[in-house]
Amino acid sequence: MEELVTIPEPDRPFPGLGVSSNQGLLQWISSVDHKMIGIMYLLVSLLFFLIGGLLALFMRVQLALPLNHFLGPEAYNQFFTMHGTTMIFFVAMPAVFGFSVYFVPLMIGANEMAFPRLNAFGLWLTFFGGLLLYFSFLAGGAPDAGWFNYAPLNEKNYSIGPGIDYYAMGLLISGIGSVVTSVNLIVTILNYRVKGMALHKLPLFVWMVLVNSFLLLAAFPSLNAALAMLLLDRQFNAHFFNTGSGGSALLWQHLFWIFGHPEVYILILPPFGILSEVFQVFSRKPIFGYPFVAASSVAIALLAFGVWAHHMFAVGLGNPVNTFFSASSMLIGIPTGVKVFNWLATMYGGKIRFSVSMLFAIAFLIEFTIGGLSGIAFSIVPIDWQLTDTYYVVAHIHYVFIGGTIFGLLSGLFYWFPKMTGKMLDERAGKWFFWLFVIGFNGTFLVQHALGMLGMPRRVYTYPALPAYGILNFISTAGAFLMGGSVLLLVFIIRRSLKRGREAGDDPWDAYTLEWAAASPPALKNFDTLPVVTGRRPFWDMKLAARKRPLPGDPINAATNPPHTKKTGDDYDAQ
Amino acid sequence: MTTMHNNQPDNKIMIKLVVGTEAMFFLCLIMAFIYMAYHSGFEPHELNQLDLRTTGIYTLALIASSFTLLLADRCLKKEKMRGLKGWLCLTLLLGATFLFGQGKEYIRLIRGSVTLNGSVFGSSFFTLTGFHGLHVFIGLVILSIILLLAFLGDYDKTVGRGSALSTAAIYWHFVDIVWIVVFAVVYVLPEFTRL
Repeated sequence: MEELVTIPEPDRPFPGLGVSSNQGLLQWISSVDHKMIGIMYLLVSLLFFLIGGLLALFMRVQLALPLNHFLGPEAYNQFFTMHGTTMIFFVAMPAVFGFSVYFVPLMIGANEMAFPRLNAFGLWLTFFGGLLLYFSFLAGGAPDAGWFNYAPLNEKNYSIGPGIDYYAMGLLISGIGSVVTSVNLIVTILNYRVKGMALHKLPLFVWMVLVNSFLLLAAFPSLNAALAMLLLDRQFNAHFFNTGSGGSALLWQHLFWIFGHPEVYILILPPFGILSEVFQVFSRKPIFGYPFVAASSVAIALLAFGVWAHHMFAVGLGNPVNTFFSASSMLIGIPTGVKVFNWLATMYGGKIRFSVSMLFAIAFLIEFTIGGLSGIAFSIVPIDWQLTDTYYVVAHIHYVFIGGTIFGLLSGLFYWFPKMTGKMLDERAGKWFFWLFVIGFNGTFLVQHALGMLGMPRRVYTYPALPAYGILNFISTAGAFLMGGSVLLLVFIIRRSLKRGREAGDDPWDAYTLEWAAASPPALKNFDTLPVVTGRRPFWDMKLAARKRPLPGDPINAATNPPHTKKTGDDYDAQ
Repeated sequence: MTTMHNNQPDNKIMIKLVVGTEAMFFLCLIMAFIYMAYHSGFEPHELNQLDLRTTGIYTLALIASSFTLLLADRCLKKEKMRGLKGWLCLTLLLGATFLFGQGKEYIRLIRGSVTLNGSVFGSSFFTLTGFHGLHVFIGLVILSIILLLAFLGDYDKTVGRGSALSTAAIYWHFVDIVWIVVFAVVYVLPEFTRL
């Protein structure tokens, strides 16, 4: 424990350092600091979350009553397409990347990403991809063929407006951004770990990001290829997906879902990582079965490429194909189930603290399991034939994306906000937010299972006044507004906590991993020195060692002796 | 970089990951080509316009360029800067020859009314080979930058940039291998089986 490692400066000088903080916005735009980029990713995500949520509320108003005419069919088609595309590509992805680029270097004891400028490049591609997508509203109509944009509906003869072109270009640009960021994360994790942190001692969040980045590199090219072909079809009259002239609509479905199914794991693995940290810290126990949590992620990543056709059971691929993908889809439930039991066992016998972060983690276990079970139901082919394209699918996807991804990200937000800002995110108001959000979420989507089984088709702008349709839809709309209100509350809580939140200190949760050894918020240079890592909870080991042998001026005793890397707002000005 | 993890330099890992993800991209395009061949069927009179022999010669030029790049890299390691420049020039020349051949073939095909928007074969063929040509072009740009730096005397293995050539070489070999697969599928396979 005596040996201290000096954390090296990044190899190259930063191009952005000529800009000082009193240049305000320019400092952010020109920044290549992984922490500023991480925060900008999260802000991009929040911005698009508010827009995407607003679109959802418009749809729910339209669906509140039978035979409603608040939105016409054209507007409704554009809104549900934009809602799905926004939430997946410009809310969940940037949020995942935001936490990844902010915390991966901190958790592995590095001062920067491997390629700081590439990092900034990835952020701005994501942001401008999103802007390009939204520019379609001004250019004559947003895309309106659903987020998976099925052929031949996405072809010129069915979608004359420019919306689909903006969809293809926006996703292509942000997709390239995602690929470069993943490359950057992998190189950082492989090459910039502090001494002693072997791969089997990586914090689980970093493990998940590592696996996830490989998954992304393998999955995104398929989408990019499909988008390139779509653009050639639409702009140069090529014949890939145009069934009228020899193309194949099915080819689009294959290419899209070879990307699309891994994509849902890309969006859930990093939240799994966040939860694996949160459960440990708030149960005061190390994770139960570290190798299983890590290895099951690898299993998920590999199986993710063998399940895509379960989105296509209704296409008519034949029984042998359907049976194969049915079995593989049930199989992929196993490694996810393994993780759920790991987290439960981590909580078992622990000294649980019900902070907002932990509440979201526990709620995740319940909601995500519901979403997982409705997903397993779909892997049974006859059930899928019965329920496909109904509201049951809508309920399922929202239970895994909100109950899974968003709950995990919110858990991470409440967990890491003190580190990113130096202020606590108000716990009391946070609990209000938690309960409103959870009740609103279940109110919106639980009833949609029933609607789906009653046979209500999704993606149709209105519905007849059949028995139970009206009341169930009305409940769903009321839940959506509750959820919308709670998100406003969250924005308000964040604003107020930034202004007058309680000072967090460097280690408010008595946590285990290295990011808490840095100041809150970390200085431009995260660490000066760190001890050699010997265990899976490096910061905990540092604190234990400090308690045994308190040396004067020991930089590791953060609890009693603020580390010399402690920084104030003035330090940013001095940079 | 810390001492414990004796990994390869950042650039090398980075380019290998890029190559991996690009390989998936080309795999999708090649699968789409094969899928289209079986799904819609290519018109024999269009397929027959591909010239196996001429393109085969240009393919040899591209394969040769991988070997000249290897020799250039070896010269750099031995700090023979003249050899480096010479072999790099030859690599660029061979790469450009390949692109020239591709351009000539495109013109011939378009004159024979095989076009991107003319048929399923045209769409699949021009997309697959076009994306490959684009990658050759990008490789030529990267190698030209290194060559320029070498001529300016601003490039040798001591100044950290040394790994730039071997990094670019990994990309170049990859582009080369992709072409061998594309050539086998698009040009050679139809000789033996009905695509």
